[in-house]
Amino acid sequence: MSTTPQQPPIGKIEQKGIIDLLAKGLRIDERKLTDYRDLKIETGLIQKANGSAMVNLGKTKVMTGIKIELGTPFPDTPNQGVLTVNAELVPFASPAFEPGPPSEGAIELARVVDRGIRESKAIGLEALCVKPKKHVVIIFVDVYVLDHDGNLIDAASISALAALLTSKMKRYEMDGEEVHTGDELVPLPVLNEPVAITTAKIEGSMILDPCLEEELVMSSRLTVTTDRDSNICAMQKGGLGTFTDQEVRQAVKTAIEKGKEIRETIRGAAAGR
Amino acid sequence: MNKPEVKLVDENGVRLDGRKLDELRPIKMDVGVLDKADGSAYIEHGKNRIMAAVYGPREAHPKHIALADRAVIKCRYHMAPFSVEERKSPAPSRRELELSKVIREALENSVMSEAYPRTSIDIFIEILQSDGGSRCAGIAAASLALADAGVPLKEIVAACAVCKIDGKIALDPSDIEDKQGDADLPIAFMPKSGVITLLQMDGSLTEQEFNQALDMGITACKKISEIQVEALKRKYISVKEQAEERHEAQEAKA
Repeated sequence: MSTTPQQPPIGKIEQKGIIDLLAKGLRIDERKLTDYRDLKIETGLIQKANGSAMVNLGKTKVMTGIKIELGTPFPDTPNQGVLTVNAELVPFASPAFEPGPPSEGAIELARVVDRGIRESKAIGLEALCVKPKKHVVIIFVDVYVLDHDGNLIDAASISALAALLTSKMKRYEMDGEEVHTGDELVPLPVLNEPVAITTAKIEGSMILDPCLEEELVMSSRLTVTTDRDSNICAMQKGGLGTFTDQEVRQAVKTAIEKGKEIRETIRGAAAGR
Repeated sequence: MNKPEVKLVDENGVRLDGRKLDELRPIKMDVGVLDKADGSAYIEHGKNRIMAAVYGPREAHPKHIALADRAVIKCRYHMAPFSVEERKSPAPSRRELELSKVIREALENSVMSEAYPRTSIDIFIEILQSDGGSRCAGIAAASLALADAGVPLKEIVAACAVCKIDGKIALDPSDIEDKQGDADLPIAFMPKSGVITLLQMDGSLTEQEFNQALDMGITACKKISEIQVEALKRKYISVKEQAEERHEAQEAKA
């Protein structure tokens, strides 16, 4: 059962501080309402993975590792490779995280990242079929949250894309009835670049890239994922609060604009790999 | 895709099931369909057959989930094994877990949970047969079940999905339109407050298409809201009639 979460561990004075500052158009970390925190992307840290990226978004730290293996397709899509996204909220990333089966927060995070990649058709799954019904390439996208200072969805989607863009895979070909695995590595075909941008709403103010304190105070958030043509490919509203339709339209506009900028940063980090 | 793609909209803008682009499927709602639950509702929306039930406000269990200043709300969206083409395992899938969360968030804002501190209000949604837009129909039914349970609500939450099929924005996708369509946009909306309480999207939409789809969804939610209110009134009238009959029967005896 999904249950109302416990009240956030944030003092009333701090809450009031955040809200009072926002009323003046200011934020606790001196950002403007539509400023993103510093974004640092490092790729290729994990040599044993097919691709990897460590993302630092302010103090939020998320790593994604890509593993590419040969496997069998789903019966309903015999000619397509398989994409699976999983998210792990590592227990040391926050005092609120605990070991155990994935929480609904972890599931939501993985599914929103998955939706962006899948719906923008970022991975050409048809091209990953080696032999219909028998052998296809499986791409495991494992998102590892290492330090939780807010806005995990954006950080995770950035790290997933950066890891995918820099992934290399073996060439699998049919050799008679057997699958032949080539030695040389080829880049994973990435056909689109989805970027998730999250807007949080605190007492009528709309802010981009909420940090943890802001997330604890926000009434709701809206994530809008856009592709390289600025089409919207995924959305997710979260939190107990609401949005007016005007606020939604504004969040979409902001996500399209900011998405372009973040996409360039990711391209820069992935270039030459 | 492996299956041959069917044309979803013909040249006259008519859909496979004969609907126009901005037309809802037939909707039927009933309130108070279960005996044991504190509140319940049944909805038929297209081929969706969904039952929702509410227990509470009741003692929160386990106790540590209770909140000192409001009721906690628990929500379970679950699909019956026979609700889909191929049998679905009854164990909750990741999709069901995510939907349980977003549906809870969609309904929480409508509930005056401050009135019942330290208690729990439990919402159960069972998808008996699934068609397109089952989460939206589930929300509509669950909101009615909350009202039927006598939980004080700011207002009833209505919900409807919008899709893009054959390049056109269309209301209330059926199963095939959901699966073969280019985008799906479920919306939950509170018409009097004019606020959106659930918004998800997958597929591909331009900003302009999105704005058009949002308008279409909000208009539809207002219509669905009227059907909800009608269903609720029917229940109250039937209760009143039953009471009057009992009263008359007693008087006749006397």
